[in-house]
Amino acid sequence: MKQFLAAVLVGAAALLPAPVALAQDGPLRIEITDGVIEPLPFAVPDFVAETGAAADLSMQIARVVAADLSGTGLFREIPASAHISRVTSFDAPVQYADWKAINAQALVTGGVSVNGNRLTVRFNGYDVFGENTLGEGLQFSGNTDGWRRMAHKVSDAIYSRVTGESGYFDSRVVFVSESGPKNERRKRLAVMDYDGANVQYLTNSSAIVLAPRFSPNGDQVLYTSYESGFPQVHVLDITRLQRRILSPNDGIMSFAPRFAPDGRTVVFSQSQGGNTDIYRMDITSGQLVRLTSAPSIETAPSYSPDGSQIVFESDRSGSQQLYVMPANGGEARRISFGNGRYGTPVWSPRGDLVAFTKQNKGRFHIGVMRTDGSEERLLTSSFLDEGPTWSPNGRVIMFTRETQGANGRATLYSVDISGRNLRPVRTPDGASDPAWSPLQN
Amino acid sequence: MGISGAKRAICLFAVLGLAACSNATGWSDDGFGSGSAAGAGAGAGTGAGALAPNSPAYFQQTIGDRVLFAVDQHDLGPEARTILAAQAGWLNANPEYTLTIEGHADEQGTREYNLGLGARRANAAQEFLVSNGVAASRIKTVSFGKERPLEICSAEACYAKNRRAVTVIAGGFTS
Repeated sequence: MKQFLAAVLVGAAALLPAPVALAQDGPLRIEITDGVIEPLPFAVPDFVAETGAAADLSMQIARVVAADLSGTGLFREIPASAHISRVTSFDAPVQYADWKAINAQALVTGGVSVNGNRLTVRFNGYDVFGENTLGEGLQFSGNTDGWRRMAHKVSDAIYSRVTGESGYFDSRVVFVSESGPKNERRKRLAVMDYDGANVQYLTNSSAIVLAPRFSPNGDQVLYTSYESGFPQVHVLDITRLQRRILSPNDGIMSFAPRFAPDGRTVVFSQSQGGNTDIYRMDITSGQLVRLTSAPSIETAPSYSPDGSQIVFESDRSGSQQLYVMPANGGEARRISFGNGRYGTPVWSPRGDLVAFTKQNKGRFHIGVMRTDGSEERLLTSSFLDEGPTWSPNGRVIMFTRETQGANGRATLYSVDISGRNLRPVRTPDGASDPAWSPLQN
Repeated sequence: MGISGAKRAICLFAVLGLAACSNATGWSDDGFGSGSAAGAGAGAGTGAGALAPNSPAYFQQTIGDRVLFAVDQHDLGPEARTILAAQAGWLNANPEYTLTIEGHADEQGTREYNLGLGARRANAAQEFLVSNGVAASRIKTVSFGKERPLEICSAEACYAKNRRAVTVIAGGFTS
């Protein structure tokens, strides 16, 4: 066990300090350096079907668990074709020697039963070389429709036990689904599981919609819609699909809405007379408070997790830069000082970092910096990357990548905050403006 | 795309029936280049005779309904001022119309910043019209940021046409 955990911790520690040097290297796409991290080999044999009706799900759930863990870049699955042991009973003792022989350092086994619409999943994690369980076994029950969520919960438990951090697999992403050519692009609000499964559309494509954000408990979504012909802030209850316009309908443009951590307050930008500033609104009373008063563009606000501060972008210095101000407004201090323009800051759920979009020399980057602006690291580089959002555990960033030219298309990507493990997120159509939900309960 | 189709139709009409096509052709070829748009305005009495001079279509196609901006800027250059002065003249002569000015940006920028930038551009055009006698109460402004590019290539030739403020007469054409 100790040996196993030590290996994992080395891996986790290697994630943090790595790319300081990379921030200075031109194209800033961080390559995995030799030997910096070796993904942990693991095995997830098909879960055991404990009732006849569980045959399909017992295999599918194991596949989702394997995909979740492999998708982090921290784990490497040993395929079933290499397995020596077959697990035919969830309760039978694990044959450690067989898993050691194929160098599986972690093993996940499970049992699945289906009775009517009722699905029960039991699982265990094992430290193979320590010949011990990884924490206690757990059991989840629910409707069979929710089988993917149960698989993600298994993955979250395993991930958490191995890395010592909370997981992010049982989460959703709200985004803008895009179709049609650039000059007639149709946009719809949609929500999906973090891995792209279970896409559900929340609006039709009759009006432009932009930049959705989840409420702190994940049951509401704020977004900007041109339904009235002007951009206005809407709030949508995603379970009942009821929505209302939050911003006053007085011909003043409102956009870039985000929730405060209290879930009762929102901040957004309003443009009046060509000037864009940030306002705060009490969501129940509608009371509006102006937070910035500058002749420049102030937008893209994001609260610190404790609700005490707001990071935002402003071009008051002559170009887009990042600033932090108290949540009640007042003096802002600039935190971005590198070359180029900085926008779309998003405070990490851990509170330690701000993710941002950077434009420099005709390229776009997703990056992170400490909340005082130090230790800037660029994680990606392309023709157009923008709009980062944090996984619930603050480990992974999802963002929009748009390709150039007349056939340019927007796609979602995710990347580890180390800059490693850049990967596309599969969506049925083009997709932009992702916003990650909190971990579901 | 509908717009350039309409322009082509106007030019064709001019080729067949009237003498003042060179201006109209220049206008069409170079999109919204303001110098030739001013020329089109000068030729309006003949070249666009088919359109009622008080119609929104006349405003869009003959006066010139849009002005262009430099990268990340919202100040009006001499060409933009010429077009807006012509717009103000028409609007003052046709006080029954209200209008919306749409501000747009090219794709070189983040989404929400570009909404703010488009708002600046629309406002710059609005302020010019107001200072030239158009009642502010007739004008609304809206920004589309980078959401509605006119041209879709990722090159300055397209970007230049996408960085625009378009004056849309109520009941007229939209872009």
